[in-house]
Amino acid sequence: MKSSNPFALWRWEKMFGEWQMFGEGFLRTIEVAALALILAVVLGVIFGVISTSNNKVMRGIARVYVEFFQNTPLVIQVFFMYNGLAIAGLRLSVFAIGVLGVGIYHGAYVSEVVKTGITSISVGQVEAAKSQGFTYIQYMRYVILPQTIKIILPPLTNQAVNLIKNTSVLAMISGFDLMYMADSWASSSLDYGPSYVFAGLLYFMLCFPLATWARKYEERLKRNDIARVPFDPSEEAVTC
Amino acid sequence: MLDVFNNVFTPSNVQFMAKGMALTLTLSVSVVIISIIFGTILALLRTYEKRFLGRLAGVYIEVFRNTPLLLWVLVCCFMIPYGSIVMRGGLALALYTSAVLAEIVRGGLNSIAEGQFEAAKSQGFTLIQTLTFIVLPQCFKRIIPSLLSQVITTIKDTSFLQVVAIPEYTRSGFVVMGRYTTTPEVFMIFSVLALGYFVVCFSLSCVVRSYQKRTETAS
Repeated sequence: MKSSNPFALWRWEKMFGEWQMFGEGFLRTIEVAALALILAVVLGVIFGVISTSNNKVMRGIARVYVEFFQNTPLVIQVFFMYNGLAIAGLRLSVFAIGVLGVGIYHGAYVSEVVKTGITSISVGQVEAAKSQGFTYIQYMRYVILPQTIKIILPPLTNQAVNLIKNTSVLAMISGFDLMYMADSWASSSLDYGPSYVFAGLLYFMLCFPLATWARKYEERLKRNDIARVPFDPSEEAVTC
Repeated sequence: MLDVFNNVFTPSNVQFMAKGMALTLTLSVSVVIISIIFGTILALLRTYEKRFLGRLAGVYIEVFRNTPLLLWVLVCCFMIPYGSIVMRGGLALALYTSAVLAEIVRGGLNSIAEGQFEAAKSQGFTLIQTLTFIVLPQCFKRIIPSLLSQVITTIKDTSFLQVVAIPEYTRSGFVVMGRYTTTPEVFMIFSVLALGYFVVCFSLSCVVRSYQKRTETAS
């Protein structure tokens, strides 16, 4: 007689017999997350830079992009690509929807992060760069963006964590990601307990190191800013 | 165009989706209230209690912040045998949001100078009194912008509950959509859905921005 406990040992054994399913889902989640992250950073840098430009139209475009994607749910955006575009005749694969949907959604958040980073750098530097004959693209590329990277790394990493978690939205459109695999295993075998615990653990393994690194890095940045002793070489060593 | 409009905006559809919006807003408000209370307790424990309970709060926060909301929605809705589906879905959302809010509150607590504790102690305040009358009011004042942003996120997050057929706004829209097959009709329903969330969230984000501007000019 098998135990009916939802976390009974035999349920775990049964699940690990099918571990390839989870492995496939895990890989799919990593692939989607990595590509979506690249897309989000590219969009974020473009729109972040645009939103600090002097051109009103450019700023307006960036504003519309950020406000639209930040103020509507990802679920609706993804379903629009899945159902809406399909009805209109444009069929995208679920993989493409995952990358595009999650990437564009988080691009809006990254753009805000980049914008904050750029505006935190003093105007004097822009003027100095201009006086040396730098063009807009040049001073963004060589002066402003390299400096912002340090400031925006922690919030950017937090965005990466949120992005990984949000790829689970793919489960709703049967995207064969980790969440979908876990859920379909759970509902076909009725072993909800082990399946969800295992999926949670895999997500945790992806997100926790990133989140912890971001927190530590940010704490170190803050400490260095508050307690900066001008000629303390050890402090300088930590910052680099 | 007018045809499509009349087809989609029948009184029963409008009423159905309005009900969905009402449920979304009720859920969001209750989840935010519960999460602020629970999140504050977690943050206080993690910041000022370094033994067992503080560690436990830390583990809770890390577990919920590093796993997807959808996982908790499924766990709560399929593995808890008690309560209605709306309550279970709301519980999942509240558990998840509490962890996020706990980190926001912790950020606020960390920004308060240690000296204030000593000052309060020297005046005979107990720890609870110090927290309720001195530390927390300052902390909340500082974190209002991030708190409101999280409220916006929570409103959007309620759309995840559609996966377990809770009839909130997104679900109600999808149910209505099931009866239409032409592109303009479906697109119109998607627009109505997006617009509904946009109006609520955008007005809140305007509040955040104006508040930030005011505090910036004040300080």
